[in-house]
Amino acid sequence: MSWPEPFVLRAFLAAVGLAVIAAPLGCIVVWRRMSYVGETLAQAGLLGVALGLASKIDLTLSVVIAAVAAVGVLTLLGRQRIVPLDSALGLTHHATLALGIVAIALAQGPGIDLMSYLFGDVFAVTSTDLIWVYVGGAVVLAAVFYLWEPLVRLSLHEDLATAEGVDPRLPRAAFDLLLAIVIAVAMKIVGVLLVMAFLVVPAVAARPLSGTPVRMAILAAIIAVISTIFGLWLSLSSDLPGGPSIVIAMCTVASISLLAGSRRQG
Amino acid sequence: MPLSQQTGHASPHPHANCGHDHSHGHGRDAPAVEDALISARDLWLRRGGRDIIAGVDLDVRSGEIVTLIGPNGAGKTTLVRLVLGIEKPDSGRIVRPASTRIGYVPQRFEVDAAIPMTVQGFLALGGSASTKEIGSALEEVGVRRLERQQLSKLSGGETQRVLIARALLRQPNLLILDEPASGVDFAGEAELYELVEKLRDERHLGILLVSHDLHVVMAKSDRVICLNGHVCCSGEPEHVSQHTEYARIFGAQGAAALSVYRHHHDHAHDLAGEPKPLSDADTHGRGS
Repeated sequence: MSWPEPFVLRAFLAAVGLAVIAAPLGCIVVWRRMSYVGETLAQAGLLGVALGLASKIDLTLSVVIAAVAAVGVLTLLGRQRIVPLDSALGLTHHATLALGIVAIALAQGPGIDLMSYLFGDVFAVTSTDLIWVYVGGAVVLAAVFYLWEPLVRLSLHEDLATAEGVDPRLPRAAFDLLLAIVIAVAMKIVGVLLVMAFLVVPAVAARPLSGTPVRMAILAAIIAVISTIFGLWLSLSSDLPGGPSIVIAMCTVASISLLAGSRRQG
Repeated sequence: MPLSQQTGHASPHPHANCGHDHSHGHGRDAPAVEDALISARDLWLRRGGRDIIAGVDLDVRSGEIVTLIGPNGAGKTTLVRLVLGIEKPDSGRIVRPASTRIGYVPQRFEVDAAIPMTVQGFLALGGSASTKEIGSALEEVGVRRLERQQLSKLSGGETQRVLIARALLRQPNLLILDEPASGVDFAGEAELYELVEKLRDERHLGILLVSHDLHVVMAKSDRVICLNGHVCCSGEPEHVSQHTEYARIFGAQGAAALSVYRHHHDHAHDLAGEPKPLSDADTHGRGS
């Protein structure tokens, strides 16, 4: 292969950057059992796209707004005690997807390429998107670093952490916001349906190989970067869709890691 | 703050302050006990149209083991959460002198296997303890060998000891343990309570214990508070066990717990006022 085309270079830079940002956040998602919550936020991103198209504001910003609004709805639904939380999430998960598709159709008519929002297009990443990934990503990583210890303590046992003086509200709210930002940034690259894979799958792959929370986060990032590079190479060489190729690579590593880990545990 | 609640505590429950000196002193507006590590007065908490905590007073002093007993749903864990400040009462006040340092051992600490965490990492988390201090805290509770184990792989009894070690690293003078023996086998249970007693003796800690195990309660506690939303009765174990509401809640099993205790310890007494077990007595027995 000769010197890569600029669009290929941008794709690699964006996907690798995203992989590094998403990994530590993904570990916390796994520890707090929030993968389904994340799915709902990601699909609320479609509503955000519609909002952005209708009001002509930046799409990344409008997706963050929609995802934060979804956090609010989820918080309210989380308080009801009639059906379990995963059923309530089943409601919101599908509601956001259906509403998002309808809203996008309303916002710009049926001609718009829904598929690119659902599955993203890593090879269509622009320089502006790259700025979002690296500047937004740096802010997210700094915030995760700052909140790491309280988040780990709250994930372990919320009452114990609270009794020891951790105020659960700030880390929890901040984490939801960070999740919304990462989802918004990732959406253009992998699309709403596969965003959460970037968070959850590398964390799952890293778990059997990790004895401490920090090690799990670092390993998740390394696994994510390697899978991303391999997935994009696969995509380019075999003319396959970019985002899904990366996710396939991640899932393969995670499956092998989990199977090997559970066999070792025996 | 619903008004009905205010009228609620205008008339104290007829069973409150049953025959023991400790509880006689606490009027509705009794001042906090001076040397108490923690003093709660007239706590009320209403949830879902029900008084979970109804006019509860509580004091724990240095060097005493105070045990909360009561049927499931009696509000024991809720009261602990109020004392810890995790939840705020609707009314009432909690006085916690600045010198009070609380170590807390929560009920059912089940670490998700998804979180990788060694015992040592857990004890270091969020604190300033050195490796040496962590080692000696584990030594003190008898599980030094677990230092490098994964938290999610520990047995119930081991987990409780590690949690006690974490609490001790905070240099507490008040230790709060919520059902420390849940998920612990019978032999481990007795050893765990011996550890609690040892810590009280050696460190002169005040200890607030939530327990289902009446045998242990009767043998180890200095004071017992029988909770059922309100304080049914409180005082020394013998006094509480003779109370009619205690008998109603714990039935024959409760009486037996005391007779075993007495038999072991002074051989002399007969149970005064043999409680009459009601038909639902068994369903309220020990079990969690």
